[in-house]
Amino acid sequence: MRSNLQAVAISTLPAKRAKRTGKTGSSVYLKTVMAVTGIIFVLYVLAHMYGNLKLFAGHAAYNEYAEGLRTLGTPELPRHGFLTIMEIVLGVSVVLHIYAAVTLWKRSKTARPQRYAVKKTVVQSFSSKWMRWGGLALLLFIIWHLIEFTLFKVNVGSGGQGAQVTQDPFELVVHTFDTWWMTLIYLVAMAALLMHLHHGVWSASQTLGLAGTPAARRYWKLAGLAIGVIVAVGFIVPPLFILFGVIK
Amino acid sequence: MNLTLKIWRQSGPDDRGDFATYDVRDISDDMSFLEMLDVLNEDLIGKGQEPVAFDSDCREGICGTCGLMISGQAHGPEVTTTCQLHMRSFSDGETITVEPWRASSFPVLRDLVVDRSAFDRIIQSGGYISVNTGAAPEAHSVPVPKANADRAFDTATCIGCGACVAACPNASGMLFMGAKIAHLGELPQGQPERDSRVVSMVNQHDAEGFGGCTNIGECAAACPKEIPLDVINQLNKDFRKAKKGAH
Repeated sequence: MRSNLQAVAISTLPAKRAKRTGKTGSSVYLKTVMAVTGIIFVLYVLAHMYGNLKLFAGHAAYNEYAEGLRTLGTPELPRHGFLTIMEIVLGVSVVLHIYAAVTLWKRSKTARPQRYAVKKTVVQSFSSKWMRWGGLALLLFIIWHLIEFTLFKVNVGSGGQGAQVTQDPFELVVHTFDTWWMTLIYLVAMAALLMHLHHGVWSASQTLGLAGTPAARRYWKLAGLAIGVIVAVGFIVPPLFILFGVIK
Repeated sequence: MNLTLKIWRQSGPDDRGDFATYDVRDISDDMSFLEMLDVLNEDLIGKGQEPVAFDSDCREGICGTCGLMISGQAHGPEVTTTCQLHMRSFSDGETITVEPWRASSFPVLRDLVVDRSAFDRIIQSGGYISVNTGAAPEAHSVPVPKANADRAFDTATCIGCGACVAACPNASGMLFMGAKIAHLGELPQGQPERDSRVVSMVNQHDAEGFGGCTNIGECAAACPKEIPLDVINQLNKDFRKAKKGAH
């Protein structure tokens, strides 16, 4: 039946043939990948933030928590087993998140090759304008953050590179953030994270079909802002307390 | 009022195009934006110049033929179509930039006229219900709850003008597509083809070269028929459900 349908519009250009983009190439599918991997990151940063707040519980309690993560699930899991599983899940999620973002970004660029001479935005949020470049900034930050605290345990602050600093989680954190410019880098990164979560949480809810009414839309936009603020504040408070000498 | 117009002029699809500046004088507040362009064109024809090509048909805001990017906003500063935008929305001495919709899926044909048949092809790919023709069925044989009927009616008001694509930072057609998905998805008659419809339409949408939605909301803000953003929510949900099934 469909093959007999003729184009009804008068066009001076040849009709484009529909080509199936397939499941994985579909823009809605890519958006869903963005949303699902994004939720994994949201859950992760919430847990990470909780762990960081243990800094307030003191040297011993913080290191005990860090050690607890390494032995979580033992003896069923090997030492560091839980963390390895989590690292794999997060690593795969990062790759998928970036792949979907880059593919959609490229499509957007080709969808409007000629830009407007004058373009006003009416409702676009500041956060949503920075999703792509802000996301890239977060990626660079995360790479540095991993080098610093996970892969090589680099201490850029006072106290040197001795094992008594780099192999002691509490000491490494304190010696990092009593350096003002390190705290500043983290402050900027958390602002980027706040904005990314502000638009990202709302966007994921819309992509996954949770924002079906105007009320639900308002709720999820508010939830995005709330989660963004909670995470950013929760992350930045310990470094500020270290910088101003409250935690030492 | 007197105005300065910066209008995109492009002789054909292959021309590079550029802006031309015109002055129009003694424009009445009560004129529509298109009537103001008519005044300009009368003047250009009188001078033996080529008039500015733009699309228009009903001029009462219901056909969706007209549509211009006016100083950076689709259909200008009011929530309405270009033909229903009145010059009282502008002030004397203002410079107004007029551009065609910009999207690779909406190629410029001439000046401010774009080819929006990509929208027609999206509708042809699935934006319909298959019914046998003949006598109309008894209306009461298929009851539709009031809330569903209202939403179907509200989303059916889409006139396919393309302002959503024009306003979208990604040149995405998902508000247009979502309006049709929501309209037919609310009604019992739309259910048999609900899964195949959303998959076919999204495939066609992507094949036409529209961008992906990033949930910015500029489309809904520009829509002269105030189609809400939650139609895209439903589009996403229906697509995921359809993909879980056989499609």
